[in-house]
Amino acid sequence: MRLSFALGLALSLAALAAAAVSLVWTPHDVATLAIADRLRPPDAAHWLGTDHFGRDIASMLMAGARTSIAVALVAVGIGMGAGVPLGLLAAARSGSLTDEVVMRGNDLIFAFPSLVIAILITAVFGPSAVNAIIAIGIFNIPVFARVTRGGALSLWTLDFIRAAEVAGKGRVRISAEHILPNILNLLVVQGTIQFSLGILAEAGLSYVGLGAQPPTPSWGRMLAEAQTMVTLAPHVAIFPGLAIVLTVLGLNLLGDGLRDRLDPRLRGRA
Amino acid sequence: MQRYLVGRLVSLALSLVVASLVIFAVIEIVPGDPASYMLGLNASEDTVAALRDRLGLNEAPPLRYLHWVAGMATGDFGQSYTYKVPVADLVGQRLAVSLPLALYALLLAVLIAFPAGLLAAGRRGRVADAAVMGATQVGVALPNFWFAMLLVLVFALHWQVFPAGGFPGWGEPLAGLRALTLPAIALALPQAAILARVLRSALIETLGQDYIRTARAKGLTAGQTILRHALRNAMVPVLTIIGMQFSFLLAGAIIIENVFYLPGLGRLIFQAITQRDLIVVESVVMILVFAVIVVTFLVDLAYAAIDPRLRTRA
Repeated sequence: MRLSFALGLALSLAALAAAAVSLVWTPHDVATLAIADRLRPPDAAHWLGTDHFGRDIASMLMAGARTSIAVALVAVGIGMGAGVPLGLLAAARSGSLTDEVVMRGNDLIFAFPSLVIAILITAVFGPSAVNAIIAIGIFNIPVFARVTRGGALSLWTLDFIRAAEVAGKGRVRISAEHILPNILNLLVVQGTIQFSLGILAEAGLSYVGLGAQPPTPSWGRMLAEAQTMVTLAPHVAIFPGLAIVLTVLGLNLLGDGLRDRLDPRLRGRA
Repeated sequence: MQRYLVGRLVSLALSLVVASLVIFAVIEIVPGDPASYMLGLNASEDTVAALRDRLGLNEAPPLRYLHWVAGMATGDFGQSYTYKVPVADLVGQRLAVSLPLALYALLLAVLIAFPAGLLAAGRRGRVADAAVMGATQVGVALPNFWFAMLLVLVFALHWQVFPAGGFPGWGEPLAGLRALTLPAIALALPQAAILARVLRSALIETLGQDYIRTARAKGLTAGQTILRHALRNAMVPVLTIIGMQFSFLLAGAIIIENVFYLPGLGRLIFQAITQRDLIVVESVVMILVFAVIVVTFLVDLAYAAIDPRLRTRA
């Protein structure tokens, strides 16, 4: 196992474990305010110090991991759920009007960065973690549609697909039974990349107030709250940022490693 | 070439029409009455009705859409519900901060990414390559607003070489540029990391081609081969990313403006959201999407200039 892949796996698992453990245990209660303990630097009682309300930063990071991971994961689910069938359809009807409509629709969604989608949704429905999920999810749809279509198109020219056609299988059935299993590796790799981008996007949206709302703990909002206190207590801003960087870095390394392992063409290349 | 251009122009016009329809539909047809928001909960029905009439909200939606689009085409974006001034004026003032910031960041990203990408591709598999790739992995994972906070901590508060926030205006261009430097670096670095990676892999791909071997065989050095032959052919994917990055930078500027208290489009749009000033939200979103679509169009044209094979495809 390559070192970078191992590091990616370890960092990703650490973030997942922190989120999972926070469901049953955190070092301190994240909802309890202790103003007397505010802005304490890291010590034995509070490993990563406390914030301006005296809340334990390590506990808040653990609970915040839950929000980040949940938002990014569901957004990947939305992107795959809608994008993969669209991509399969476009490839199965390659060159037809359906293909053209799907691809132009993709281009259109690409013109809306997830932040802009979030702004539109928030302007109408108000800010929430659900809106962040929808915004990032919509942004993911054309990404998965493109990857799926590209992978599927190259498969449609292969002999075993032709054989299935000759055997009388319909295009939908071939897409589900033969195309999809053969592009799963592409989708897993893209899923990891969109997952890490989703964590960055969620942090950005929460930071500007368009994502998770109090009291839901969120890394982005921790940074927003830390901004005015950065001179008094730099640790309040440093740790949530590090949590984001390490998680995203871990997922990216994991994605790169998975691509090297799953894509036979890349095997053996540096 | 003419057919290619016409095809791209038709696609540009269609994208703009559909995007404007989507934005209009989301803002205008989904629940909420701007007149009630503007007047508050205690306004009488007559007052709300009068304001609805004045804002043209009683017209049928298709007619309102046409008025909105026709207005934008002539530079009339309507009047802000809260500021009571033309939206075009508000947006114009704010764009004078956001647009230079995005362009400044794009310039920095290119200036960082090109040497890094060239170095990594030229020294593939060696220490310099590993160092560049390691640095770009961290760069890609950096949330730009957090990096901005660290920059403020070090360069504005500790060493005091750059201002921590605010914008003095373009009256003194150098002071304006200085105020935008830390925000531009914060925006540029993560994008530079992505660009350097794309440039490296595009270069490595072209360096494997036969014509590169020919160039080396006729006596060009590795550096000359990269600069004269490989770079031009690696530019198509690199240009795609630069085009996409411009839209990310413009959207990213909206977030970064929050860190540096810059009076740009970002501050405008977030205030507009809290104040339910939907006409401002609608216009700013349309401008952002317009920018993305037009940049994509320009990138398509640039492809054709770089790669003549693409001109024959519609």
